[in-house]
Amino acid sequence: MIKNISNLGDAAIYCDFGKEVNEAINSEVIKYYHCLSDVIKERKIEGITNLTPSYNKLIISFDLGITNFSNIKKKIENLKIEDSKKQTSKKVKIPVCCDDKYGLDFKRLSEKLSLSKEEILKLYLYKEYFCYMTGFIAGMPFLGDLDKNIRCDRLETPRVKVPEGSVGITEQFANIYTFESPGGWNIIGSTPKKIFKKNNINDPALIKPGDKVIFYEITNEEYLNWNE
Amino acid sequence: MSEVYLEVLRPGINTTTQDYGREHLYHIGITISGAMDLRNHKLANALVSNKTDEATIEFAYQGPLLKLKNGTINFAITGDVTFNIIRKNSKSEEGKCYQNYILESDEQLDILSTKKSVYGYLSVSGGFKLEKFWNSYSINTKANIGPNNGKKYSTGEKILVKNSEKLKIKEKKINYVNPSSNLIRVIKGTNFDYFSNDSQNKFFQEDYLITNLTDRMGMRLKGSILKNTKSSNIKSEGLIRGVIQVPADGNPIILLSDHGTIGGYPKIGIVVSADLDRVAQLSPGRKIKFKEVTLTDAENLFKDYLSETNKYLNATN
Repeated sequence: MIKNISNLGDAAIYCDFGKEVNEAINSEVIKYYHCLSDVIKERKIEGITNLTPSYNKLIISFDLGITNFSNIKKKIENLKIEDSKKQTSKKVKIPVCCDDKYGLDFKRLSEKLSLSKEEILKLYLYKEYFCYMTGFIAGMPFLGDLDKNIRCDRLETPRVKVPEGSVGITEQFANIYTFESPGGWNIIGSTPKKIFKKNNINDPALIKPGDKVIFYEITNEEYLNWNE
Repeated sequence: MSEVYLEVLRPGINTTTQDYGREHLYHIGITISGAMDLRNHKLANALVSNKTDEATIEFAYQGPLLKLKNGTINFAITGDVTFNIIRKNSKSEEGKCYQNYILESDEQLDILSTKKSVYGYLSVSGGFKLEKFWNSYSINTKANIGPNNGKKYSTGEKILVKNSEKLKIKEKKINYVNPSSNLIRVIKGTNFDYFSNDSQNKFFQEDYLITNLTDRMGMRLKGSILKNTKSSNIKSEGLIRGVIQVPADGNPIILLSDHGTIGGYPKIGIVVSADLDRVAQLSPGRKIKFKEVTLTDAENLFKDYLSETNKYLNATN
């Protein structure tokens, strides 16, 4: 349920689903997102230009030349949310090489968590993570929740460049850097798998909100010879 | 028949093609992009009888030096721009913004600078011959999405022109003066109450300097430190153009057309839609003053902005 609807500036609506981050709240956000996407496709609402679901918020951007806050707010309040909406969630397996040349932050993590690299990986690999959202850069998935024993803050000073393919962890979340980008997450490996294919115009993002993701380990040789 | 194109002899600082940008892709992390100054983008198109969403070439600070090959074009430049047309006899003719010109084969267009602003726009009648990506001609250089492999133009590249057959040229000219006020209207953000009373007051009273860390993604400001009394991080959530976010260091950042789609810094305010063109044109070194307005004020300001844009668009007919 949406707890509160307010305006974000003059051309967006801010739907607040709560303060906590958990799968139940996020699933609500995603349900609203899917319903609204359908309504937009069926052209039953005019002027919406973007929907941005996140952990516990949904932002609806619109064209102020076509509609306005009070119009869209009314539509959202009267929206019929169907529980049985198609379950599009899928399982995705992601290969990761955790050799030290890819896992840049094991030393820092070991010190902060008082765990060995092997212990960290045991708690991280082969677990099912939920995709809360994608974004920041194209296709980057925000996954969770990590085992309580491997939760760690961001780097004090973010890297100017994190290599494409890097997999990172911070707090209760895991992610994948789909492109080279600045970033402050603890990097523990790299995947050779393409997570975002821009030439795949109709479906560029491999991982979508609501999907389940499992990381499995591969050797450096498998990494270098990866072929899709 | 050989293709008509503009050869890039000097690329300028950040020369890209832009239009209205992309929609319905925030949820996968692809931002809107599009012209930083939409009104000037539209006016450039209107001056050469294009539809207003046709691609234009956007340049920043120093623009490109372009040489036309294999045809004739009808072009216009908008913004606050100094440019020369170098005719075949090597005579240089000073160009004026907001009117159309004919450029013949082997003549050159030298876009020198955007004076006291940042962005300018070049349109050609019929448009450029480009491929759309996700329904837009906009080049997003951070994600490498759009025509030209998503990269800004560099020396030696060719920018193809769609149509140069028998131009029917109508002289067009408008009297337009770019607004230069540094007063930017803002609606309070969803985290306004995260900041101390003193900082809330200072935000609307003091000047903020635009630093050199300013590009199509955003504009970093410096001024009175905005003290966060709650938390300098929020759970990451969606962002839009115009959001003013404040990281832990207390210096505000205004998000512009190529901004990241989600982020975790508190939002102190959002620039009203009517002022987005104007804020993007304020150059580093200038100061910004923020003024608080209500949602209703902002909606009315946008109506005025649109009707003024339309007034000038109609004046080109």
